[in-house]
Amino acid sequence: MKTLNKLVAIVLPALLLAGCELGYKEQEQVGPRGTALVLIADPDTKAKVGEVPAPPYELTPEMIGGEKASTAYQNVPVLGNVSVDEFNYLMLAMTTWIAPDGSNVKDAGCTYCHNPENMASDEKYTKVVARKMLQMTQNINASWKPHFAGQGADQENAGVTCWTCHRGNPVPVNNWSTAVPDPGTITGNKRGGNTPAKTVAYASLAYDPFTDYLAGKESIRVGGKEFPSAASYGSIQQTEKTYGLMMHMSQGLGVNCSYCHNSNNFAKWEDSRPQRVNAWYGIRMVRDTNNNYITALGDVWPANGKGAYGNRRGPHGDPLKVNCATCHQGVNKPLGGYKMLKDYPALKGAAPVAAPAPVVAAAPAPAETAAAAEAVKPAA
Amino acid sequence: MAVLSFERKYRVRGGTLIGGDLFDFWVGPYYVGFFGVTTAFFAALGTALIIYGAAIGDTWNPWLINIAPPDISYGLKMAPLKEGGLWQIVTICAVGAFCSWALREVEICRKLGMGYHVPAAFGMAIFAYVTLVVFRPLLMGAWGYGFPYGIFPHLDWVSNTGYQYLHFHYNPAHMLAVSFFFTTTLALGLHGALVLSAVNPAKGEVVKSPEYEDTFFRDLIGYSVGTLGIHRVGLLLAMNAGFWSAVCIIISGPFWSRGWPEWWTWWLNLPIWS
Repeated sequence: MKTLNKLVAIVLPALLLAGCELGYKEQEQVGPRGTALVLIADPDTKAKVGEVPAPPYELTPEMIGGEKASTAYQNVPVLGNVSVDEFNYLMLAMTTWIAPDGSNVKDAGCTYCHNPENMASDEKYTKVVARKMLQMTQNINASWKPHFAGQGADQENAGVTCWTCHRGNPVPVNNWSTAVPDPGTITGNKRGGNTPAKTVAYASLAYDPFTDYLAGKESIRVGGKEFPSAASYGSIQQTEKTYGLMMHMSQGLGVNCSYCHNSNNFAKWEDSRPQRVNAWYGIRMVRDTNNNYITALGDVWPANGKGAYGNRRGPHGDPLKVNCATCHQGVNKPLGGYKMLKDYPALKGAAPVAAPAPVVAAAPAPAETAAAAEAVKPAA
Repeated sequence: MAVLSFERKYRVRGGTLIGGDLFDFWVGPYYVGFFGVTTAFFAALGTALIIYGAAIGDTWNPWLINIAPPDISYGLKMAPLKEGGLWQIVTICAVGAFCSWALREVEICRKLGMGYHVPAAFGMAIFAYVTLVVFRPLLMGAWGYGFPYGIFPHLDWVSNTGYQYLHFHYNPAHMLAVSFFFTTTLALGLHGALVLSAVNPAKGEVVKSPEYEDTFFRDLIGYSVGTLGIHRVGLLLAMNAGFWSAVCIIISGPFWSRGWPEWWTWWLNLPIWS
């Protein structure tokens, strides 16, 4: 019995400590003193900032100013205005970014998208997708600047490339598709939640917050200004679903709620950090991307089991789409804020191609966002 | 203040920890003792400093008065008085006053030949407070982690600290603490209702003895813990509530930085089903 007690005395505290993160924590105060608005992170467990591959070769101004791709190549509607040299440079980079030579990706290299006999042919669906993705990238960089360069930050070269999401994979590792509906039976019906789901940072919240908010345009603001009545919009279920989306955003960016909000009043812009404005645009950027580029490809995406390169749709049949984690990958600034776009001017998309203008008129009034920017400094 | 007829027998000399007979006297019905003097000193100074803090603050609204700890950047150093130094001195006064009061309780226990249950129970409340404003800040390396003194400000602190870990209800020690707090109030509610109904019989009936009280719960749930036992249960529940509260905040930050729901992945990853 004494031995057993000793064993318990040694093993139990050891087990309890096994779940801990010991050691130094990174700390950053982001609000007035005494409000507990502090970001705490364990350097050992926080997501590592991804590496950025070097450009294929140096792109000189002479190369950029050279003969246009449309004169040398056929079937180049998106990059026709780019010089031949820059066109080839970008194609090389895209290969490294998406289906790198020597990787275990099937048909790695140019042949992942192209028929080597006829490079202009659209016979491979991956080429059609790649064209749409180029338009998508240009649209993000041209139309959604406020997401990655708001509040007076330097907008020059702020934006994304294929690498931001793909990181050497044909399909970005972090993606989502609509959850399969619960069965109508009593057993096995989880009512859209009630299970520790990775999508919502392992909480028992609604595990598909994406379909409604990142493809659909459901309102995330469930907090009412008046006492709730029968006509109120927000229900417990909707509130939990927005909470689930926020859990995803926290997890995708490797931050906590205080990164954007003061929980004293989540909805109040004046007490929020300016990062919340970036996030506001980010949600709309993701909707634009999912609806007007990924879902818009329709049946270009092969049915599951029919594609040459594996499944591109979720179990419900909709294509794999983007959320915050697709680019961020656990880091609040993807790739540590490295302005990769400076090396790939063709992706800046100064003139978006047939992309619908984003409706930003409903953005928080500029005065509000300016006030939020002011509020970042801790009050004296 | 009038002294109750039976109170004289409680006025026992001796049992003091410090000061011998020097402070061993009563003022009206109140025992003084060395620790009564230190309690009065710390409580008066701390209260005066809070009033001073309110005077140099933004508001006299009692809900909003805020004595906030220093910025994190001060680390474990003293801060200027108006930038959190006041909070630091008020904290010293509070710890001094609470500990003095507990030691005064010890002296009274010694005078009366009682066990130390009362100061031990109060000590748990002090432990929870000191964990919040001293132990956790020490582990995190900055006094700025303490909670501000003010009614709404301290609630804002609690809220933001909870959301720091995304969903605080998944904190295992918080789960225990909340369960113990609720069970404490349930037990107190049951006990209070039982006693009140026993000593307030219907008109014409006599006051019921503990035998009736025991019988009521034996009928209801098959067991009665008894008149002495219920107080042991209450002490156990209440002290656990305070203890696990302290644990739930000391592990948040010093020993965990991510969302609390994620902590439970150790369970999901057990080799039994993963």
